[in-house]
Amino acid sequence: MTKITFVEHDGTEHTIDAAEGTTLMEAATKNSVPGIDADCGGACACATCMVYVPAEWKDKLEAIDTMEETMLDFCEHSDENSRLSCQIKVTADMDGMRITMPESQH
Amino acid sequence: MEEAIVIIGAGQAACQAIMSLRAEGYEGPITLIGEENYAPYQRPPLSKKFLAGEIGYDRVELKAESFYAESGVTAYWGTRATEIDRRAKRVLTNDGRYHPYSKLLLATGAQVREINVPGFELEGIHYLRNIEDVHAIQAGFKPGARMVIVGGGYIGLEVAAVAKKRGIDVTVLETADRVMARVVDPIVSHFYERLHREAGVTLRTGVTVSGFEGEGKVAAVVSGEGERFACDIVLVGIGVIPNTDLAHEAGLEVANGIAVDACARTSDPDICAAGDCTSHPNDIYGHKLRLESVHNAIEQAKTAAASLVGKEKPYNQVPWFWSDQYDVKLQIAGLSTGYTDAVVRGDPESGKSFAVFYLKDGQLLAVDAINRAPEFMMGKILVAQKAALDPARIKDESISVKELVAK
Ligand SMILES: Cc1cc2nc3c(=O)[nH]c(=O)nc-3n(C[C@H](O)[C@H](O)[C@H](O)COP(=O)(O)OP(=O)(O)OC[C@H]3O[C@@H](n4cnc5c(N)ncnc54)[C@H](O)[C@@H]3O)c2cc1C
Ligand code: FES
Repeated sequence: MTKITFVEHDGTEHTIDAAEGTTLMEAATKNSVPGIDADCGGACACATCMVYVPAEWKDKLEAIDTMEETMLDFCEHSDENSRLSCQIKVTADMDGMRITMPESQH
Repeated sequence: MEEAIVIIGAGQAACQAIMSLRAEGYEGPITLIGEENYAPYQRPPLSKKFLAGEIGYDRVELKAESFYAESGVTAYWGTRATEIDRRAKRVLTNDGRYHPYSKLLLATGAQVREINVPGFELEGIHYLRNIEDVHAIQAGFKPGARMVIVGGGYIGLEVAAVAKKRGIDVTVLETADRVMARVVDPIVSHFYERLHREAGVTLRTGVTVSGFEGEGKVAAVVSGEGERFACDIVLVGIGVIPNTDLAHEAGLEVANGIAVDACARTSDPDICAAGDCTSHPNDIYGHKLRLESVHNAIEQAKTAAASLVGKEKPYNQVPWFWSDQYDVKLQIAGLSTGYTDAVVRGDPESGKSFAVFYLKDGQLLAVDAINRAPEFMMGKILVAQKAALDPARIKDESISVKELVAK
């Protein structure tokens, strides 16, 4: 299990044990972390699962693909740290990662 | 009476409502009544990755099993609500129990439309709505098997794509003169017909199924035009009907779905409804909508939860849908009903990437994006703004989608 902390926009923290091989989005929604809608359930079709991954963790994640990049480009609250959490597979390297979340997914 | 919220139906909308009720600060008891033997799960993968066997149940269930107890929910799986007694404010279930409520949420979803032609009861004829339907289909999902799919809508075509990849011999029969006729322009229909034919699917339009033949088990599908299509397995995907019986029998207003206002309230102020079962107003289009989509179930459930605790958070969003077939992702923003012009950006005749913008007297109603995420994302924003667009700019790919509205 990989420990990951999700920090809500208001500062509330949720530390969860994420199973390797699932996605960050699944780990969050299954563990009742609020603020991730994930309308499309991980099909990279909705961009309602956006999170901010701090720069120092970036090289621990799989690279962003064009589909994800385009979707993010149109999200209201996205910045250079934004990722779609459904496109990130949980690995042991992510143990201890802290992720912050947008004010809303719309 | 003490506060107690009862939810009938345990699908996508119900699951969201539970989360939202707690997020809104409701601390009282919640009772969840679900007919299926499963806790809420996602249906979209049932015609995609789950059917293909690429993901298991653990990846389609919406919440971990412990979620319901931890959220203070008393859940009854495999239990059907049979009556709403509005005077006594309680729900009767098929196990003989009564569940008193102060507020009630109807999240009963929809059921498949059945085909009523001779031979409909033969073994091997399937529908697709539930996990159990998938298990039944998978039992006959063997390479070399012959499958006939009745109905060329999203579900039929998604199943065709999965079956073809599995090495099954697939024939799709559609009554209309083109596939997905209910939701997209002929340009998009013809693109999907080409896609499936190139994959080796036999696709026949203008064919009306008039019966099934076989000894106990289906062996052929017969058309009104007198053709016979030999097969080992049949999938019927001809649409859904909203589950409104309980509401209707309880005297609630029903009109092509349980009638609700923008705050998801039915004609009884103590009863809300959300998801596939409702018919609701939408300001962007100025008329009532009945939608079958996850986005609608989630967003309307959030609104309903707010109403159940006495807050007002009207639901008024651009509907959107998606469909995955082979390596092609279709994303639809908005509803194109009533369009006067379909303007194409990109080339639908070759390749697998283009978008269709639907305009009514210049105003954007909807966008169908085929492997075109920018057009889809921008489309959602522009439809919400009721933007007026110039067809010449839409067609000109040297203009970025962000610049489509002329300054
Ligand atoms: C194969 C398939 C593929 C799909 N693909 C997509 C897609 O790609 N994108 C998209 O946006 N949408 C898709 N959809 C539609 C989407 O799944 C639905 O819109 C969504 O599930 C609606 O949620 P709901 O909560 O309103 O209803 P449901 O999820 O249908 O839940 C309703 C539940 O209530 C139960 N119920 C009904 N009556 C009673 C009763 N009297 N007592 C107890 N329980 C009762 C039902 O058994 C059911 O479990 C797909 C649907 C299917 C079937
Ligand atoms: S869940 Fe839809 S894009 Fe991530």
